[in-house]
Amino acid sequence: METIVQNIQGVPLNHYILFCSIIFTIGVMGVLIRRNVIIIMMSVELMLNSVNLLLTAFSVHHGDAAGQVFVFFIMALAAAEVAVGLAIIVMVYRNTRSVDINALNRLRG
Amino acid sequence: MSAIITLSLLAILVLYLGLFKARRALLPVSLLGLVATVVLYGVQWGKTAEPLYSGMVLFDHFAVVFSVVCVILTILVLLLSKDYFDKSSPHVAEYYALLLFSLTGAVLVVSFHNLAMLFIGIEIMSVALYILAGIRKKDFASNEAALKYFLMGAYSTGFLLFGIALLYGASGSFDLAAIKEYVVSNPQGISPLFYAGILLLIVSLAFKLGAAPFHFWTPDVYDGSPILITIFMATVVKTAAIAGFLRLFYFCFIPLQDFWVPVLLVMTIITLFVGNLTAIVQQSVKRMLAYSSISHAGYLLFAIVAIGATSANSVLFYVTAYSLSTIIGFGSLILVKRATGSEHFEAFNGLAKKNPYLSLAIAIAMLSLAGIPLTAGFVGKFMMFSGVLADYQVLLVVLAVINAAMGIFYYFRVIVAMYFKPLDRDAIVVSGPYRVVFFLAALITLLLGVYPAWLTGLI
Repeated sequence: METIVQNIQGVPLNHYILFCSIIFTIGVMGVLIRRNVIIIMMSVELMLNSVNLLLTAFSVHHGDAAGQVFVFFIMALAAAEVAVGLAIIVMVYRNTRSVDINALNRLRG
Repeated sequence: MSAIITLSLLAILVLYLGLFKARRALLPVSLLGLVATVVLYGVQWGKTAEPLYSGMVLFDHFAVVFSVVCVILTILVLLLSKDYFDKSSPHVAEYYALLLFSLTGAVLVVSFHNLAMLFIGIEIMSVALYILAGIRKKDFASNEAALKYFLMGAYSTGFLLFGIALLYGASGSFDLAAIKEYVVSNPQGISPLFYAGILLLIVSLAFKLGAAPFHFWTPDVYDGSPILITIFMATVVKTAAIAGFLRLFYFCFIPLQDFWVPVLLVMTIITLFVGNLTAIVQQSVKRMLAYSSISHAGYLLFAIVAIGATSANSVLFYVTAYSLSTIIGFGSLILVKRATGSEHFEAFNGLAKKNPYLSLAIAIAMLSLAGIPLTAGFVGKFMMFSGVLADYQVLLVVLAVINAAMGIFYYFRVIVAMYFKPLDRDAIVVSGPYRVVFFLAALITLLLGVYPAWLTGLI
């Protein structure tokens, strides 16, 4: 355990912040650009996982366990959200036979 | 704390009632549990509040008052559901249980004392609502609303989490008191991460509140969801979102006011204009109310732009007035849609002749939403405007008055349709629970308009 902490601390904190920001931005752009609902959900997962990584890095650098506990909360709630989200996508697919976000344009005005 | 436990257990109990086919018991049990929750909060009132469970939640006056508002609004929504759910599906227990779970999340959002609880509360509140928005499985509009709400909700959760992670990186804690301590103790050496965190939190909370430029999902979701769920989203969720927003910023970020107030100021002005200008051109009352709810989110943000000791009271008053009128507005729309099959302004034509009392309640609600004196909406707007004026934001008040005038235009279209456009139509049957809800909401709107002091001294 000690070596893991030392390994993580071996990399400067700024690198973690930069790396996580890049992954987060990829996720954000994915949600905005892609049209397939499944891929949009994957992009959202990417955003959440970059946060998990960032929290772990901060947690090690602060020497405080709270950040890592928070990661478990994020994992649990992300799983709950994905369960509901996939159910919604299946429901939409049954009605429209498509998972393309452009099919959703009935509500306008 | 006992209130949160009561609410969660109540929701599970309701699920079991559904399992054992006790359909008649669902509504009475839910209402009884909610009333018990209000009583439990009442017992807690006035005691010195300490952060509970390692500083996770804090039931101060702010939390208790906003929780009680959320619970009472849910009681009104459940009363409207009397014969609404039964028609659409044989499995009604899930509706009640999901509404109660969502309410539990809302209560957590208004009483958090740790950013973890803010996140968990928002998630519990939202995940239940994703299902409720799409509860009509065969209806395409409902499907679309659920998917849009889910995608936007998950997206904004990402921003919330990244913001929380950055705050944690800068301050080293999730606890509100520790974050406040960090901000107060080194005013010069605050890390840039902290500022970025504040901006991301503003983005994500504006998503939940439905404030521009993050409002684009609101009209579609409000329009596509079943009207009863729309009422819940427009009242309880909005109340919880603005209360959580205010709690976080009032507790932690006041010393950094110069940084984030200009951002919120711009957002508020955009929200007001987007909401009102688009509401004017709507032909459907449901969409009009959805866009007007965006503009009301703008008025609610006034309290955070002019943040101070009176903000909580103004938000409480405004949100109460807005929610009661919204319940009447959407509730009457349920009845009108059931009778005529249409949600357009024309569907209200000539309603005053056949249903004078219903029309009176709708008129009171619309006057209150428009902010006409002697209604609660006027006092709410007055408190918001005077708070901002005391902060010397004159430009904002001038723009807001222009917007209030625009609001009068489209709210009065409903009143004009009811009273001045004659049409031969059948009287709408208003069932008992609807009468009770409309009567109570209209009465409280008028009483608060005349005696605002009942509510203003609470927090």
